[in-house]
Amino acid sequence: MSVDPSMRIEDKLYYNRYLVDVGRPHIKVRAHTEPSPQLLALLKACPARCYELNDKGKVEITVDGCIECGTCRVIGEPTGDIEWSYPRGGYGVLFKFG
Amino acid sequence: MIEDRFDAIVVGAGMAGNAAALTMAKRGMKVLQLERGEYSGSKNVQGAILYADMLEKLIPDFREDAPLERHLVEQRFWMMDDRSHVGLHYCSDEFNEQRPNRYTIIRAQFDRWFSSKVREAGATVLCETTVTGLARDANGKVVGVHTDRGDGEVHADIVVLAEGVNGLLGTRAGLRERPKPDKVALAVKEMHFLPRETIEARFNLEGDEGVVIEAAGTISRGMTGMGFIYANKECISLGIGCLVADFQRTGETPYGLLDGFKRHPSVARLIKGSEVKEYSAHLIPEGGYKAIPQLYGEGWIVVGDAAQLNNAIHREGSNLAMTSGRIAAEAIAQVRSRRAPMSAENLALYKKMLDDSFVIKDLKKYKDMPRLMHTNSQNFFVTYPQLVSRAMQNFVRVDGTPRTEKEKVTLKSFVNARSWIGLFGDAVRFARAWR
Ligand SMILES: Cc1cc2nc3c(=O)[nH]c(=O)nc-3n(C[C@H](O)[C@H](O)[C@H](O)COP(=O)(O)OP(=O)(O)OC[C@H]3O[C@@H](n4cnc5c(N)ncnc54)[C@H](O)[C@@H]3O)c2cc1C
Ligand code: SF4
Repeated sequence: MSVDPSMRIEDKLYYNRYLVDVGRPHIKVRAHTEPSPQLLALLKACPARCYELNDKGKVEITVDGCIECGTCRVIGEPTGDIEWSYPRGGYGVLFKFG
Repeated sequence: MIEDRFDAIVVGAGMAGNAAALTMAKRGMKVLQLERGEYSGSKNVQGAILYADMLEKLIPDFREDAPLERHLVEQRFWMMDDRSHVGLHYCSDEFNEQRPNRYTIIRAQFDRWFSSKVREAGATVLCETTVTGLARDANGKVVGVHTDRGDGEVHADIVVLAEGVNGLLGTRAGLRERPKPDKVALAVKEMHFLPRETIEARFNLEGDEGVVIEAAGTISRGMTGMGFIYANKECISLGIGCLVADFQRTGETPYGLLDGFKRHPSVARLIKGSEVKEYSAHLIPEGGYKAIPQLYGEGWIVVGDAAQLNNAIHREGSNLAMTSGRIAAEAIAQVRSRRAPMSAENLALYKKMLDDSFVIKDLKKYKDMPRLMHTNSQNFFVTYPQLVSRAMQNFVRVDGTPRTEKEKVTLKSFVNARSWIGLFGDAVRFARAWR
């Protein structure tokens, strides 16, 4: 059970259908100089691996693969680290099975 | 485009929202239901076991055309360590009854069907519409909603919040708290497709018979959580969920956990050769009775997961959602038939009716379980499964060691790991919480 499977998350998301609302991300990361522990936790806790550390050591989000679970909201909204909304009606992930 | 005045607005077209909208529409109320997904179900994730009784109360003849997968004749519980599982199987031919008690379903398909019944009953259902805020009058009473359609406010006598566990509206409006990391679990899930015959052979099923497996143990890596494997007609729903606070604390990844579960030898043989067609994730309310928020107020009512009405111990949620939606609708209809205003005072009827139902009675019964599980996760999810597995191995394996010696070893391993006092304390705590 020790192989790190995180490399394959992009393949997993490839199974899903999305309607991306280009240019209107529904989640935003607040500008920061140093990421808080909560922000760093999102790098691992997000099931779609939307959060990544950029080369300046800051946490960035790309919402395209977001499955709208709300985990990052529960962790990151209370500290003000992120702003969380649902995508506009009809946009985002579209589950065929759910 | 939308008329601007309704008797009731229902936010969300999941299990709770559909039950509420259907019940009110059937009673002749003018209902508007708003759903952000492309269709009802396109945003929803579940295991999924459907409990027939609660649906029958809404749609008595649902078996005629609902998209059902398999009726359950068997339930398995697995306690897992890294390479083995100790299982309890309950299988009964009595479940092969005329009107089966439980079914597996595929949520996106089921919700779509459920929604068609809501429309048939006369409600106006608008999908692809995200409700962005509650409209209030000068006294703070909820009088309608704002949507992202930009049509301004839509008004109603009552707004039913059926927005699910991650409900933004109620929390933003200060009607209840945002779910906390130790009160919600994150579940990740995949759909594995296989030929029907293969599924029936691997799970030992005939025709439309179904089986579900609930699994706990080292698969959650010391976190509070469980795995599940449900047999559908031509696919297997497989997932695992743990408390968000535990993910945060341990740095385990949800997909890492799922892959570990899939690679476990007991699981791998069930899904071998399957084609995965979807990967999803969703939160589950885990706070139980003590996390239930204020359920009603001036011009609003909250139902289902948004109100934390979820029994995590028994994996029941959609039935509590359907029932709370129906009861809320019945309470609203009663207030309306008296031509009384939708005030907090009058809507207290909802709470009273809910308290008398299995929904609150069951949640009350288990009110101490969440805390016990969360504070003892290492024992319940790692130590005990390993001990039980070792004990079984010791019991089953024939290797020339005298039986009395084997039993001594087993007993000693339990006491060494947890001490007599520890074991006794856990047993008492468990019994108390269960009572
Ligand atoms: C992995 C998993 C397995 C489960 N297994 C089972 C099981 O086997 N049996 C069982 O009974 N329960 C199970 N549950 C629990 C069950 O899924 C929930 O209890 C149930 O779905 C709750 O219904 P609901 O209507 O309250 O919320 P939901 O079904 O989540 O519906 C909420 C709806 O509101 C919509 N919405 C939210 N916000 C807005 C907005 N602002 N504007 C417009 N629309 C909005 C959403 O798109 C969604 O359609 C499981 C849950 C999970 C995650
Ligand atoms: S909502 Fe879920 S999937 Fe989307 S970014 Fe947040 S944690 Fe990731």
